[in-house]
Amino acid sequence: MDKLIQFNLNGKETEITIDPTLTLMWVLRDQFGLTGTKYGCGIGVCGACTILLDNEAIRSCMLQVSDVANRKIVTIEGLSSNGELHPVQKAFMEKDALQCGYCTPGMIMNATGLLLSNPEPTREEIIYGMEDNLCRCGAHIRIIEAIQAAGLEMKKAK
Amino acid sequence: MKRNIKEQRRRLATTKNPFEVKRRDFFKLLGGGVVVYMSTHNPSELMALPLAQRREVPKDYNAFLTIKEDGEVICHVGKIEMGQGPITSLPQQVADELDVPIESITMVMGDTGICSYDAGTWGSLTTREYSHYLRDACAEARAVLIEMASEYLDISNENLKIKDGVVFDSSNPDKKVSYGWLTKGERLERYMDEKPSVKDHTQFNYVGQSMLHADARLKVTGEAVYTADVKMPGQVYAKVLRPPSHLVQLISVDYSEAEKIEGIQVVRDGDLVAVLHELPEVAERALATVKAEYTADEKQVDDKSVFEYLLNAPAKSREVESLGNLEEGENQAELIIESEFHDGYKAHAPIEPHAALAQWNGDKVIVWGSCQSPFGAQDQIARELEMELENVRIITPFLGGGFGGKIYHPQVIEAVRIARIAQKPVMVTYTREEEFYMDFFRNATVVKIKSGVTKEGKIVLWDFHQYHAGPRGSDTIYNVPHAKITQYSNQSGSPVHPLPVGAWRAPHANSNTFARESHVDIMAAKIGVDPVQFRLDNLSDQKMIHVVEALRDKFDYTPAQGPSGRGIGMALGTDAGTWVAVMIEVKVDNKTGEVQPIRAVVSQDMGMCVNPQGTIIQAEGCVTMGMGYALSEDIEFKGGDVISRNFDTYQLPLFSWVPEVIDTVILDRQDQPPQGAGEPAIICMGGAIANAIFDACGARVYQMPMTPKRVLEGIKKVGK
Repeated sequence: MDKLIQFNLNGKETEITIDPTLTLMWVLRDQFGLTGTKYGCGIGVCGACTILLDNEAIRSCMLQVSDVANRKIVTIEGLSSNGELHPVQKAFMEKDALQCGYCTPGMIMNATGLLLSNPEPTREEIIYGMEDNLCRCGAHIRIIEAIQAAGLEMKKAK
Repeated sequence: MKRNIKEQRRRLATTKNPFEVKRRDFFKLLGGGVVVYMSTHNPSELMALPLAQRREVPKDYNAFLTIKEDGEVICHVGKIEMGQGPITSLPQQVADELDVPIESITMVMGDTGICSYDAGTWGSLTTREYSHYLRDACAEARAVLIEMASEYLDISNENLKIKDGVVFDSSNPDKKVSYGWLTKGERLERYMDEKPSVKDHTQFNYVGQSMLHADARLKVTGEAVYTADVKMPGQVYAKVLRPPSHLVQLISVDYSEAEKIEGIQVVRDGDLVAVLHELPEVAERALATVKAEYTADEKQVDDKSVFEYLLNAPAKSREVESLGNLEEGENQAELIIESEFHDGYKAHAPIEPHAALAQWNGDKVIVWGSCQSPFGAQDQIARELEMELENVRIITPFLGGGFGGKIYHPQVIEAVRIARIAQKPVMVTYTREEEFYMDFFRNATVVKIKSGVTKEGKIVLWDFHQYHAGPRGSDTIYNVPHAKITQYSNQSGSPVHPLPVGAWRAPHANSNTFARESHVDIMAAKIGVDPVQFRLDNLSDQKMIHVVEALRDKFDYTPAQGPSGRGIGMALGTDAGTWVAVMIEVKVDNKTGEVQPIRAVVSQDMGMCVNPQGTIIQAEGCVTMGMGYALSEDIEFKGGDVISRNFDTYQLPLFSWVPEVIDTVILDRQDQPPQGAGEPAIICMGGAIANAIFDACGARVYQMPMTPKRVLEGIKKVGK
């Protein structure tokens, strides 16, 4: 049975009437056209579908759309503001921390969540925090550098 | 770097009526301009592709290069972008050969409707082969434009110069004309009788300079379009019924329950049964209600018994390389060493699963597909559905990784067949479980080697037997007077492998290099010589000697007899025209058998390097991806059933595995023709890690992946 679900999506109050048991990842992609959130494994082990839920990185393939009722979601499309890239996005570009780019939105969202909870992570903390995000091309070493650089940049901006 | 890719991608994804594009319309679509045809061919070293994938291309110039009136250069190539960087490196070459700013170039890739033919993006061929044709084409276009400028300005060619797409009088720069003004939206039919030569490396501005990925902004914002992101009005998702094994046949199917679900449509085309719904999850739920009966899978082979199975499988032997006389080599040898190496099936496991969206309009079909070979997909559709080639158009958005796995595109055929019956746009996106099941795996294989070495440490005998993979990467390389490479494969037509097999990044070279380089290390240790010096002592190939010396120097390696306890190992080889060597340092936990890479150095002679940063990134990617096949990746299977079907059981490399430092040395060979960069370094990873494990703890592991269990078994043997 369809249900009205309201939530904040990328800074805007949003509502949708839909089967509440549907997976958030597919709803974001199909109903809202936010295709930056990627399907990778469907069981929460690859991280390609990572978004922020109330500022915490979470796998949208593991959530039902009803789970986000009255909460705040940020997807990769909502990370930059007024065309200005988020420091994590900038750092991924500057460090060339991607190849095929398919895992990149999930990597960036997970890294953003990591930096929100721990603004000055050590290299070990970055590795620990990113451990469950998979990249097949092997951009890992640059992703670590990018997150370090972004952390410094975000600290400076404060 | 400002680029027009965003707009171009959008245009590709949303072309209003994509069926309208025919060759002659194409010129209209682009508003005319200089069109240079360019040809490319597909040399024999590629894997055995179906004939249709080797379509003959016109001998005339057969790639499209368009210069619009405003100076925008549109470069249409059949190559696709799957993360390895042609969207960056090809414009570097075009900009240099044409003398235009790189920002003025728009790449249009992998669209069979408007791009020049290319067999496929594979084999590290984009730079080493394809770019020659592209550069020749640009050189001719440039010469034509100079000739036109000379006539227009009434100044002889010798007194003209070009900068940023503007031709001017070298003594009076105010007398000038731009390429765009010269083309004025007209297609130019002029050709040079004498083909101009391309520039040499001293004349480059962009080639040889490190450039950041041109598509990075699209990819960090989520705007980059991959196949599953394309959406057409009225589109439905199709979920396809899969058998439990590759070795069974469908007997009967009952989908009456699925049909009762609101909004569900079931399509059947022979053995192809698909459940359709606008929501992928509803289609999936409905698929779960379909009952099907299959014949039994009676094949008695699994991931444990597969090596014995392969050794006993029907096979014909083929001599790949032969030198001297093996008997004589055996007589000269002081020490004879025999070993047998095993490697299990590996998945490509790109993070983007295969996807295709097919839309029919009358007798024409257009498909967005994640394909490494859009023209191959076009051929296959035309062949299997008995269509004219021109009625099939494939558009390839960005690929989320390929590694050889997207050379095969069953999802494209499925989408086209289902959409033809459903009469609406159909999207097939594989689940991760399907992606594993439907893969064309890297071959499981066995390599047996018998070698002989003299007291002085010279290899005099090399007898290499390769079973049921391929010979790529099996070349002896070392200077051995009596050597033979024998390849065993089934030539009767029926497949030996219980699972589908195919090209996996540097096909077969990973397994063969693991075997050769492990075995060479075994010899060095047996006669008590430092393994790096042992290699140098047995090499006569000067290119390889330079690569190894550069590797040794960058690593700051000090010689020691193995096992030294330091955990340093190396491997070398040639692949895709590049001479490569990798040295890696690891820590081995003697209690758990776990291997932790600490540091890696890659050294390569790849001829001219177009984008050093891009090359370094490929080397880092090879090191990182290669740790997976070396240490953890293994397909568990039983008969034709694939048991490993997601990332919880098929272990990819993780952040914590990655060495803190990966250094890459690119030998300065800018005056040489460019060679491959996408594959070479990965071939060394199995051998380098095996040798590093041995150096750390004395355990020799003969089977990949070198799991903690296998390392522990090796450690236990050391004590005995």
